[in-house]
Amino acid sequence: MGKSVNKFFGFISRYRRHRFAGPLMLLSGLLFAGVGYTVAQAATEEVQVVLSSDKASLISEGKEIFARGCSSCHGLNAEGAGAAPSLIGVGAASVDFQVATGRMPMADMSQQAARKEPVYDERETAALAAYVASLAPGPAAITNEELFWERDGNTAEGGELFRTNCAMCHNLAGQGGALTQGKYAPTVMGVEPKHIYEAMVTGPQAMPVFANSVLTHEEKLSVIKWIKFVETEPSLGGAALGRVGPVTEGAVAFILGLGILIGIAVWLTTKAR
Amino acid sequence: MSARERVAGGTASFIDERTGAAKWMKKTLTKVFPDHWSFMLGEIVMYSFVILLLSGTFLTFWFDPSMREVEYEGSYEPLNGIKMSAAYASALHISFDVRGGLLMRQIHHWAALIFMAAMVVHMMRVFFTGAFRKPRELNWIIGVALLTLGIVEGFLGYSLPDDLLSGTGIRIAEAIIQAIPVVGSYLSYFIFGGAFPGEMFIQRIYAVHILLIPGIMLALITAHLMLVWYQKHTQYPGPGRTEKNVVGYPLMPVYMAKAGGFFFIVFGVTAFLGAVAQINPIWIYGPYNPGQIGAGSQPDWYMGWLDGLVRAAPPIETHAFGITISWNILIPGLIIPGIIFTLMAFYPFIEQWMTGDKREHHVLDRPRNNPNRTAIGAMSLTFTLVSLINGGNDLLATHFDLSINQIMWFSRIGLIALPPLAFVITKRICLSLQRADREKVLHGRETGRLVMLPHGEFIEVHEPLSPEKAYVLTAHEQLPALEIGEADANGVANPQGFKGKLRARMSKASQEQISKPTSKEMLELEEGHH
Amino acid sequence: MSETNRELEPLSDPGLPEHIHRKTDVDPLAAKKAERQVSILFTLSALGTILFVYAYVWIPEDTLIFLPLFNVTNAHQLFLGLGLAMALFFIGMGAVHWAKTLMPDHEVVDYRKEQRSKDEDRAAFVATVKDGASQAGLGRRPLIKRSLGLALGLVGLSPILLLRDLGPLPENDLNETNWKAGTRLVTDPGDRPIRPSDLEVGGVAQVQPEFPAGKVRHLDDIAQDSVLLIRIRPEEFNLDAERLSWTYEGIIAFSKICSHMGCAVALYEQTTKHLLCPCHQSTFDVTRAAKVIFGPAARPLPQLAITVDNEGYLVAKAPFNEAVGPSFWGRDSQ
Repeated sequence: MGKSVNKFFGFISRYRRHRFAGPLMLLSGLLFAGVGYTVAQAATEEVQVVLSSDKASLISEGKEIFARGCSSCHGLNAEGAGAAPSLIGVGAASVDFQVATGRMPMADMSQQAARKEPVYDERETAALAAYVASLAPGPAAITNEELFWERDGNTAEGGELFRTNCAMCHNLAGQGGALTQGKYAPTVMGVEPKHIYEAMVTGPQAMPVFANSVLTHEEKLSVIKWIKFVETEPSLGGAALGRVGPVTEGAVAFILGLGILIGIAVWLTTKAR
Repeated sequence: MSARERVAGGTASFIDERTGAAKWMKKTLTKVFPDHWSFMLGEIVMYSFVILLLSGTFLTFWFDPSMREVEYEGSYEPLNGIKMSAAYASALHISFDVRGGLLMRQIHHWAALIFMAAMVVHMMRVFFTGAFRKPRELNWIIGVALLTLGIVEGFLGYSLPDDLLSGTGIRIAEAIIQAIPVVGSYLSYFIFGGAFPGEMFIQRIYAVHILLIPGIMLALITAHLMLVWYQKHTQYPGPGRTEKNVVGYPLMPVYMAKAGGFFFIVFGVTAFLGAVAQINPIWIYGPYNPGQIGAGSQPDWYMGWLDGLVRAAPPIETHAFGITISWNILIPGLIIPGIIFTLMAFYPFIEQWMTGDKREHHVLDRPRNNPNRTAIGAMSLTFTLVSLINGGNDLLATHFDLSINQIMWFSRIGLIALPPLAFVITKRICLSLQRADREKVLHGRETGRLVMLPHGEFIEVHEPLSPEKAYVLTAHEQLPALEIGEADANGVANPQGFKGKLRARMSKASQEQISKPTSKEMLELEEGHH
Repeated sequence: MSETNRELEPLSDPGLPEHIHRKTDVDPLAAKKAERQVSILFTLSALGTILFVYAYVWIPEDTLIFLPLFNVTNAHQLFLGLGLAMALFFIGMGAVHWAKTLMPDHEVVDYRKEQRSKDEDRAAFVATVKDGASQAGLGRRPLIKRSLGLALGLVGLSPILLLRDLGPLPENDLNETNWKAGTRLVTDPGDRPIRPSDLEVGGVAQVQPEFPAGKVRHLDDIAQDSVLLIRIRPEEFNLDAERLSWTYEGIIAFSKICSHMGCAVALYEQTTKHLLCPCHQSTFDVTRAAKVIFGPAARPLPQLAITVDNEGYLVAKAPFNEAVGPSFWGRDSQ
């Protein structure tokens, strides 16, 4: 045993100045740190609490979660305080949208709530939604299964509607756009159909409300269908370059196009050896 | 004689019998061109122009410039049944139903972007090396004209498909036309054939885009090249290169192979971009509708500076006596670009007036050896860059988490404060570089090797420059500032007006240099050194 | 730092540097290698053309392919383009490599003449022109000169007349839209009339004037008629009595065509009650009748006076009180 240990340390000693020794140590250090962190994080995850599916207990469980996680900004009775608006009357749809997309609870008190990893799981979100809905009537939440956008939506009409009602904030290809003072309209790509629907219905933060009498239910389904089409549409001309238009195209022409050509020009005019 | 020689001889005599071209051809084929990569920038522009002509002709075989309303029934599903102009529908047809159509559209658009980019970089090379000095001022003016025409041509070109993004650009152009005092609304109604958007605009700009402007550009490019040919190309300072000669390679065979080969390379790279990078995906933008708009709408990059200026303008209009004058549109949209391009066009003469130098120049300046001119160039580049940044302020805000209001204020102040700052910094950098050159000539190149002398002092070994290198660093001229005194040589009083005093000051500023080492200094050094 | 030092002369010109022979100049094996390299490059070009033809004929137009970096893209167009690019690029590379390695690289010197003509030539030119001019006799015959000038001037300017039919005169066109008293507001798209209850607080609607049956709406009409309908709480308005009377229960209507350069201003921020135009970032405050609070626009958006008709649908109370869209010389903006 001692001999093999000796051999091992002898090996390390002999090759300690090898030119790969440094990079190898760095790589193993990084690996160790990464694996260690992942394992440590997994070990500290909280145990999930199983909630019952009874409606009344759902509401009371929602109230509990609300008191724990939301009341510090939104008030003990959801009446609102300071920058956090009142939640009375916003309906289950608002809660489902804000909480399930991770916008709420807000990560920091900046210009607007950004989409991120949701803090609460499906059960907890449903409980919160039920609680807020119980405070006052408001738009009901909707599930992906209830939205028959593939069947009832019209892609072409959805495109027209998107360009008239949505593109001015969310960009012609749905990539998102700038609002004033650092606010922004986020990208609509990679969003679940129900969240697109709920956003249109509830008008979160700076987004206006698109009531069903102004933008009908079928029209909303068409918008969703168009968004989903563009999301999965292959970029037919090659690399999409972010789909943000002439600015990136100009940058690519200068940096890639002219860069390559000037590089070749330098090669062309240098004498051969 | 081999068969090849017989055929060649036969062809040559056929042509010579009818044109007397043998003598001229002989002179042409042995013409000498200096070789430097920065001289190839103009070639990139020229070849891109040819690519544009070729790919553009292809597109004209399918494009329908009519604004007649049609209902789309093609292979792109999300637009089926949508009402659009025939122009937009034909552009979709080219993209989806003509094999190679999308490729040619993309090659055409990429070639246009590279055309303008190379033109600007070429212009910068010419400017910073002083290649526009006598006898080439005319060529410079032709170049500025080509730049202006290129910008207009590109704008009209990407507006032809009549999509939502370019249509917005046309709306903005129409607003500029409409804002012109007295005749604005008349001009607008004449150009658009009535109210905006009307039904005539696309077919009218089609004629301008495929015939008028390319024709004028072709004529100007020919004149531009003929002048280069006849005046012979400039060359960088170096051993064996003087104001009275041109050192390089002959046209045949070396230059033909290199320049001809470069054409294929430029075409190949442009085709590569057209193959792998999507550009102007009009099917996503949708047909133009004046009631619709997309966030992050920008023109192509060569118009971006104009958009940036318009965004930064303060909201000033004059409302009086039942009329409106939109200074917030006229100043950034017409007046400032007009002033800039005019100054740019006449710069060679402005510089002549400043320096009093009216001689021919065929050897180029190293930019550091003319700090004033280099600083002026840096100043105008800074201005363009800030306005370009402002033109994309909403995209910058979205992608870098900034506020458009902050970027706007940065640009408003930056447009005025940053160029003078760039001038001062660039001038100082040039002067430092001159100082470094002087040190190099006098004391040699720093090798980085440290040597300890016997008495304990550490010195860095300096390697003296080769005569070729030393020549390059000292070949430039350093003219004294103009003598514009209050009295002439005979003591007769000659009070200078504002113009004279201004000229004197500008001359003094433009001649600020670090003086080259003189032969005397070099001799002193060699005698008393090492 | 600048001196008028008379000894500012450049160091003497060492003359053209020694020619350094390339490997291919001295070593025949190296030359053969270079020749092989050039021919490989030309062959690659030929292969490129083959790929181009193959892609055109045998790759169906709707074939999709997944590639890293590109995601899913159209294979037909990609390989068509790559084939063409290869075909062109390698001809160029081959030609350049040939020139660099195998063609003679001795620098040649050519001499410049002074651009200007010799003095005798100039004098001869001036004399010829003067001679010819005196032969034409314009100087001695002012009547011919003046009448020629008149004729040329007239015929030169007259074709401008032909441009008259390029378009109609604007007349009062820019001051009028299709909005009249009693015109119903209808949704865009859809053409559905709107009741106040259809619009929630915090909501917007894109609106056009109702067109009588049979009349078609053209882009020209959209370019001046487009209106944005916004609903806020009535107490949030900060308007004078007249402008307030143009609203209806918290609903306010503005022309969607930006007063700056005519883009569609439809970006409504519910929280701040601001309208943002995405073209040049002009910002308008809805609570103060679209007053400009940021950006290059110099005038507020024209407000459309609205009310309800006897069936309860929103209608315009009167046409716009000013011209919509960008400014023009004859616009009365006071």
